[in-house]
Amino acid sequence: MIDLNAVPGVPGLVEGEQDVQRRHAEDEFSGELAALAACDEEQRPPGWRLSPSAVVTYLLGGTAADGTPITPKYVGQRRLMEIAVATLATDRALLLLGVPGTAKTWLSEHLAAAVSGDSTLLVQGTAGTPEEAIRYGWNYARLLAEGPSRAALVASPVLRAMSGGQIARVEELTRISSDVQDTLITILSEKTLPVPELCGEIPARKGFNLIATANDRDRGVNELSSALRRRFNTVVLPVPASVDEEVDIVTRRVAALGRTLELPELTTSFEEIRRVVTVFRELRSGLTTDGKAKLKSPSGTLSTAEAISVVTGGMALATHFGDGRLRPADIAAGIIGAIVKDPASDRVVWQEYLEAVLREREGWRDFYRAAREATAVLGTPSGRSSR
Amino acid sequence: MTGEGTVAQPLLLGVRHHGPGSARAVRRALSAFRPQIVLVEGPPEADAVVALAGDERMRAPVAILACPVGQRVQRGSAAFWPFAEFSPEWQAIRWALANDVAVRFIDLPAAVRLAMDAGMLPETEAASEAGGTDPVAALAAAAGYDDPERWWEDVVEHRRSPPAERGSEEAAFVPFAVIAEAMEAVRASGATQRDQERREASMRRAIRAAAREYEKIAVVCGAWHVPALTAPMPSASADTAILRGLPRIKVTVSWVPWTHVRMASGSGYGAGVSSPGWYHHLFTAPDQPVARWLVRAAGVLRREGIDVSSDHVIEATRLAEALATVRGRPLAGLTEVTDAAGAVLCGGDELRLALINRRLVVGERFGRVPETETGLPLLRDVSAAQRRLRLPPNPLPREIDLDLRREIDLERSRLLRRLLLLGVEWGRSIPTRRGRGTFRESWRLGWRPEFSVDLIAASAYGASLIDAATARVSELAHQAATLKDVTGLVEQCLLADLGETLPGLVTALGERVALDCDVAHLMEALPALTRTLRYGDVRGTDLDALQGVAAGMVTRVCVGLPGALHGLDEPAAAAMRDRIDAVHASIGLLRAGTGNERPGAAEMAEMWHEALASLATEDWLPALLSGRLNRLLLDAGIVEVRETAGRMALTLTVGVPPQRAAAWIEGFLSGDGLLLVHDERLLHLVDEWLTGIPPAAFIEVLPLLRRTFSGYSGPERRMIGERAAGLRAGGDSAERSDDQFDAERGAAVLRTVAGILGWDERVTGQVARQLGGGASREVSNG
Repeated sequence: MIDLNAVPGVPGLVEGEQDVQRRHAEDEFSGELAALAACDEEQRPPGWRLSPSAVVTYLLGGTAADGTPITPKYVGQRRLMEIAVATLATDRALLLLGVPGTAKTWLSEHLAAAVSGDSTLLVQGTAGTPEEAIRYGWNYARLLAEGPSRAALVASPVLRAMSGGQIARVEELTRISSDVQDTLITILSEKTLPVPELCGEIPARKGFNLIATANDRDRGVNELSSALRRRFNTVVLPVPASVDEEVDIVTRRVAALGRTLELPELTTSFEEIRRVVTVFRELRSGLTTDGKAKLKSPSGTLSTAEAISVVTGGMALATHFGDGRLRPADIAAGIIGAIVKDPASDRVVWQEYLEAVLREREGWRDFYRAAREATAVLGTPSGRSSR
Repeated sequence: MTGEGTVAQPLLLGVRHHGPGSARAVRRALSAFRPQIVLVEGPPEADAVVALAGDERMRAPVAILACPVGQRVQRGSAAFWPFAEFSPEWQAIRWALANDVAVRFIDLPAAVRLAMDAGMLPETEAASEAGGTDPVAALAAAAGYDDPERWWEDVVEHRRSPPAERGSEEAAFVPFAVIAEAMEAVRASGATQRDQERREASMRRAIRAAAREYEKIAVVCGAWHVPALTAPMPSASADTAILRGLPRIKVTVSWVPWTHVRMASGSGYGAGVSSPGWYHHLFTAPDQPVARWLVRAAGVLRREGIDVSSDHVIEATRLAEALATVRGRPLAGLTEVTDAAGAVLCGGDELRLALINRRLVVGERFGRVPETETGLPLLRDVSAAQRRLRLPPNPLPREIDLDLRREIDLERSRLLRRLLLLGVEWGRSIPTRRGRGTFRESWRLGWRPEFSVDLIAASAYGASLIDAATARVSELAHQAATLKDVTGLVEQCLLADLGETLPGLVTALGERVALDCDVAHLMEALPALTRTLRYGDVRGTDLDALQGVAAGMVTRVCVGLPGALHGLDEPAAAAMRDRIDAVHASIGLLRAGTGNERPGAAEMAEMWHEALASLATEDWLPALLSGRLNRLLLDAGIVEVRETAGRMALTLTVGVPPQRAAAWIEGFLSGDGLLLVHDERLLHLVDEWLTGIPPAAFIEVLPLLRRTFSGYSGPERRMIGERAAGLRAGGDSAERSDDQFDAERGAAVLRTVAGILGWDERVTGQVARQLGGGASREVSNG
C-alpha cells in the first residue's frame, strides 16, 4: 500500500481564488451545496457529500429544505439526471455522450462538484494524452536520486481521485488513443491501480468514480473497446427539445457569463436570444419552425453552447461599441461566424437561408439587413482570409 | 328488502382492470376467503361458456366476444371483453374453475349493451370507466403522483406483502379495504353517469340473486364500483326501476384468442394497457422480477447478434435498483428497468431500446382457444375459402401470379382483396412480373398469426367474408371525406366483387358529386371511376348505374371547366394540366377498343371535346393550358393540323411576350416530341420563333424550354435536332434524312418485322426496295 498523502503537490500552482476568470462549480455554488448538505436527511453513499436525490435537486434546481433557492444547472429531462446520478451511486463509471455543446462537460463538472465537492480532478483527452495522465508519472530527479519510492511518484488526477474517494473526470475520452484508454479498464473493474515499480498497488477508496464525456460526432475516432465500453453506463444528452427550452438555457447561461465578464445587464436581449436560437434550430434540423420549408444544414453542429457564445459576444459588442442595447447587428456577425465554418459550402447554405427564409419573415427586417451587411463584409470565399 | 340485511356481506374485491398486482391480490384473497361463488364483472351471457376457461388448452390473452345473431350487423355491434393472464378477472375465473366454485358474470347483459350501442337508446354510452373522471388519476394526484399508472403500481401492483403477513388471512383483504375507502372518497366528489348506474344496478341484482343461494360470496369488479356494491345497498325495487324497459337483442357469446399487441392499443377493443408484456412478466415471474426482466431483455438483444454479457445484466439490475432509490419508489418499475436497459445494455442506442420495447414491453404473445376455428363463422368462411382456392395461410412470404381469366385465380384475387378491405394484409399487390394486361395480377403473400385475431375483431362486421367486407365498405363510404375516396372505394369494391354494396356506393357517390362544387375534385375522381367501368367490362359486372354517375360527372366537369380555369397561377395551371390530361385519358379509355365501347361514351367524348374546343382559343386562358388544349384537340382530330399551325403562329408572334409563348409551347409539346419530328410546318414555326427571340428574353424563356424539351427521350431530342439542323441548312430536310438512312440496319429490322408478320423473303425484299426509295417518315408511320 502506498500512502499518497506523502506525495507533494505540484509547486507553483496558485491556490487563491481572487481574480480567477472562471470559478469552479463547487466554489461558485458553494452556498447551495452547503445548504443542501445541511438539511440532507437521506442516506448518502459512502464518500458522497450529498444524497443522490439532493444531487438531482442540485442539478435541476428547486429549493433546499431550509428555503435556500437552488438554481437549475441543467435544463432538460429529469430522467437523464436520475440515471446519471444513480449510475454514480452504483459505482459504475458514467459515459456522457452527445453532440458538441450539449452540456456534457458542464454536467460532469457539476456532478463531480455535488458528489465529491471537487471538480478539479480532470484529464483532458487529446490525441497526445499519455498513460501518465491517467496512471502516474515520476519525479525524475527523485527517481534518480532515491530510486523508486512513494515520494518519487507523481499522481495523475485519476489516481488522486482514487486515493481521495472522489470523482475523476475524463474529457473527450474518444480522442485518447486506444491503448491509453484501456489503462482505465483495470481502474474501473478492479478499483485499484497496480504500481509494479513499488511492488504494490493503490486501491480506490469508497466514493471514487469516473465521469467521461465523448462526442457523438467523433464516434470512430478512437472507438472505445468493448471491454472498456462495458464498464460504462451510457447517458446520451439530447439537443434541447423545444425552442422555449433552448431560449431558457441560453438566457440563463448568458446572464451567468455576463456576470463574470462584468458586462452590465441588458434588458431587451430576450428577443434577440430567441432569434439566435431560432436560426440555430432551423439550420440544425434542416426545417423551418413552421415546418413549411426544407433547408440545407451547415457543416458545424450549431449547439446550444455556440448559441450562448454568440449572444455573449453580441453583448460584449453592444456594451463596448454600441449603445448598451443588444441589437441585431451585434449578433449577426457572431451568428455568421458560428454557421459559416467551411467558407465554400456553408456560405451557400447561409445565403440561401438568409434570402429564402429570413427576408420574408415578419419582424425580422432589421436582422435581415444586419445579416446581409455582415455577410457582404465576408466578401468572396477567397477574400475572407484577408479580413 | 329487510331480508337482505341478515345475509353476510359479500367480499368485494375492487381491482384495477388488467393490473398484475390486483390479480395476485385477488388470488390470495380468494384462497383465504374460500367463497362458494365468485361474481365477476362481465356479460352474464358468458356464464354459458365460462367452463371453457378452465380448459388446459386455453391460453390467455383471450377475449369474450358477444355478437348479435341473425341480423346484418354494423360496426360497433359486437363487443369484446379482453383478458390477459395478469387480469384479476381472469385469475378469479381460473381459481374458481380449478376449485369447483361457481362463477357468474354480473355486468349489464351484452344483449342490452349492444342494443344500446346500436342506437336503440338515444343516450350515448360513456366509454371510460368513471365517465370522464379517472378515479385512479384523482387518487394519484392526491398522493402527489403526476402519473396515475405509477401510483397504482407503487401502491398496489408492486406490493409484495412481507413474509410475516403472508400467512395471516386478514392481511389478504387489507389492500382491498384501503382501495374501497379511497374510492368512496373519490366517488363522493363526482356525479355518477346514467350508464354506470345501470351497470351497478345490474351488479347489485346479481349479488342479491347469488345471496339467496350461497352464503360466502366474492365479487371481483373494477375498484370504481365497490362503493356502489357495499351495504347498505339501495332497495331491489329501485334497481328494478333503473333496469326496466332496456332494449335487448339476441346475441351469441364465445371465447376468442387475443394478442398482447391488441391489448396495448388504446382504441377499438384494446384494453389500453401500454405494457402488457411487462405486466405479464410481473405476474408470472416467481421472484426477482427486475433481474429476470433484464435477463430476458439481454436475450432479445443477443438474438439480434448484439453482445450482452452477464456483467451487463448485473450492472443494469443495480442501476435499476439505484434509480428506484433515487426516485423514492419501493421497487424498480418499468421506467427504471427501461432506463437501465437503455444506459447499460443498449449503450444509449434508441433503436435497440425500441426493439426491447416491441418484443418485451408490449410482447408478441398470442392467446389460444380450443375449437375457435370451428366456432366463429367468419373464420370458418375464410379457412374454407383458403382450402377451396388451395391458398393455405402460410407464414413464409411468397409471390404468386394470377391470371384473372381463370376462375380460380379470379376467386383468389377477390379473397385477397376482401381481406384487405377488412384490414387483413395477407397479400400485398405488387407490379406484375409477367406481361401487361388487366387480367394479370401479382401478389406477395405472408400469413401472420395475428390475422386470425384481426378476423375475429372483424366478426363485428358480419358472419361471412363477403358480408363483413360489404359492411366494412359501407362504413368506409359513410366516413369517406372526399369524392376521390369514394371512387377509390368503388374501384376496390368491384375488384373484390362486392356487387351488393355497389348501389349504396353509387348513391353515396351521387350525393358527393352533387354536393361537391369543386371541378378539380370531380376531375380527380373521374379516372378511378372510368377504370372501374373498364374493369367492370372485363369482369362482367353490371355497371349501368355507375355509368350514369360517370356521365353526370363528365357533364359537370365540362360545364364547370371554364370557371375552374380562371385566374390560375403557374403551379395551379400545371396541376390543372395534369387533371385535364387524366380526364382526357379516362374518356379515351371508355372509348378504347372497337366493339368494347361503353354506350354513352361517344356522347361523353363529344361533350368533352366541345368544351375543350370552345376554350382553346380563349386569350385569358393560361398559356400552358391553352397550348395543352390545342394539343389534345389536335391529337383527337377535332382541330386540323393546318388550323393548329395557324394558332401556333398566332401565339408565336412578336406581339406575344416570349414567356407566354414558351408556356404555350410547353403545354403543347410536353410529353411527346415526335409531333415536331413529323410535322415540318410546326417545327418550322417553333424554329422561326426561337431564333427570333431577342437575347435578353431568350435567357428568360430558356428554363421553360429546357423543361419542355428535357422531358423527351434522347432519340427524340436527337431527331428534332437533326430536323432543325436540316431547316437551318435551308435544304430539303427529307432528303437529308434519307442520306442518313442506313439500309443495312433497316433491312435487319425489316427481317424481324417480316418474321413476326409471317411474310416470306420475296415480299420482304420488295418492301425493302420500295422503302429504300421512299421517305423514312413512312417507315416510322407505317
